[in-house]
Amino acid sequence: MIITIANTVIIVSGISGFLAFLLVLAEKFFANYGECKIDINGKKELVIEGGSSLLASLNENKIFLASACGGRGSCGFCKCTVKSGGGPLLPTEKPFLNSQEINKGVRLACQIKVKEDLQIEIPEEIFNIRKFKAEVSQIRNFTYDIKELTLKLIEPNEIDFKAGQYVQLEAPPYEKSKHSVTRAYSIASSPLHKDYIQLIIRRVPDGICTTYIFDYLQQGDNINFTGPFGDFIIRDTQSDMLFVAGGSGKAPIKSMLEYLQNQGSKRRMIYMFGARTKDDLYLTEEFRELEEKLADFTYVPVLSKPKEGTDWQGKTGYIPPYFPEYIKDPQNTEAYLCGSPGMIAAVKKGLLENGVSEDKIYYDSF
Amino acid sequence: MELNPFVIFIAAIFTSNILLTNFLGMCSFLSVSKEIESSLGLGFAVVFVMTFTSAINYAVYHYILVPLDIVYLQYIIFIIVIAAFVQLTEMVIERFSPVLYYSLGIFLPLITVNCAILGISLFMVIREYNFVQSVAFGAGGGLGWLLAILALAGIRAKVNYKFVPTGLQGAGLSLIITGLMALGFIGFSGIVVIQ
Repeated sequence: MIITIANTVIIVSGISGFLAFLLVLAEKFFANYGECKIDINGKKELVIEGGSSLLASLNENKIFLASACGGRGSCGFCKCTVKSGGGPLLPTEKPFLNSQEINKGVRLACQIKVKEDLQIEIPEEIFNIRKFKAEVSQIRNFTYDIKELTLKLIEPNEIDFKAGQYVQLEAPPYEKSKHSVTRAYSIASSPLHKDYIQLIIRRVPDGICTTYIFDYLQQGDNINFTGPFGDFIIRDTQSDMLFVAGGSGKAPIKSMLEYLQNQGSKRRMIYMFGARTKDDLYLTEEFRELEEKLADFTYVPVLSKPKEGTDWQGKTGYIPPYFPEYIKDPQNTEAYLCGSPGMIAAVKKGLLENGVSEDKIYYDSF
Repeated sequence: MELNPFVIFIAAIFTSNILLTNFLGMCSFLSVSKEIESSLGLGFAVVFVMTFTSAINYAVYHYILVPLDIVYLQYIIFIIVIAAFVQLTEMVIERFSPVLYYSLGIFLPLITVNCAILGISLFMVIREYNFVQSVAFGAGGGLGWLLAILALAGIRAKVNYKFVPTGLQGAGLSLIITGLMALGFIGFSGIVVIQ
């Protein structure tokens, strides 16, 4: 009896052991990609252990491509151009790429597994992207659902960014969320202040990150973010500038205007701020002051639903009908939009109808 | 009776379709048949794994289990072999065909617990097939499973555009359709029967 039991145990273990051995061999042979070289823009070469995704490998080497989903292939932010290596285009990438990008070799870094030497191209600015540790030095309430955070940088203690760029704030795990989440917020402060950044954040009902910021984050807390990201930046021309943004979309515009004011820009600028009621307006005083400081700047708040009986003297309704009044020379006008995809589409349509050319409409949609 | 392997192959596809006559491998059959594309991917993975595991399990059974007189351990051994084979296949596919790897996705590991695969190995033993017959049975069984899931996926794609009473939506109607398909496949039994 004992012998039978021992026998069967030995045989089953033997067979399992043999198969396990085979799998270990296979793992060594098939899943071991050895050391791979990643050549970035022909300037920098990384040597990494193959087998993980390009996005993760770059992150390990402190090169941060934008990624809102954390490498699950659902946001499509981590695009980079792959010159050689990387294998064929995967079905998981196709939905995020247009035919032009596919021809150029643009890929999603999170979907590429590093199995061989790669040659990639990323925008130079990405070398600037860092992970920052900061302290919440001030929290200000702007409206009932909009707050401003001032983040004093601790490590590294300076940030280089262009007005209009955004950072990805990391909300740590807390009561409502088991995992840390990252969300993108535009920088509202001027790029001339390198030791702190300000973010303007609007509460999203049941949003994981905004709930953390509104209900849990306290002055004096530490918080991490990566950045700066984005190409929603001031084009260096002398064209007229038309800004359209509502809600927390005011953040990048504020940064741009403060920067332009410091540079002594003489460009003609209009900022049309869309809001629902008077309660949604904020920083009005500051923008009126900017009108004084800038050579040619007009701030135009437009309320879509001013409450009955309030003393609102300004514009009402939607923004596009006011374009003819403010756009002087459509051919020579650049538009900078920041808001929801729906708002951007509507404003873009209005701008095109008024003769602004499509390649001069820049936007940051969130 | 010594059956021609080709007869077994045809019979495994049509008259003794493992899914429609033995109702094995139902869980992935019902859940994956929502889309034709993924059904096709899973179907081919099943064909591949079934063919090879029937061959390997044949060898394991006749050259290890029988000589050592431990035939009663066949279930556990067969399952381990299938699991190891699926794992191995996954590694090879990931290395050499990332496109196929991504289109199969989670289906490949799921095959490990597809009872149709174990069923093929067990039937092969019960029916005392020789090696060629076993492989033919495995390949035919896989193709039969592919045919069945593809047919159901096609029908479900049509059903999507039709009104279905609430109580029948999803698995309910799928099971009825499967039953009707099984009846339809019985029509093939005039060709040849293996049991």
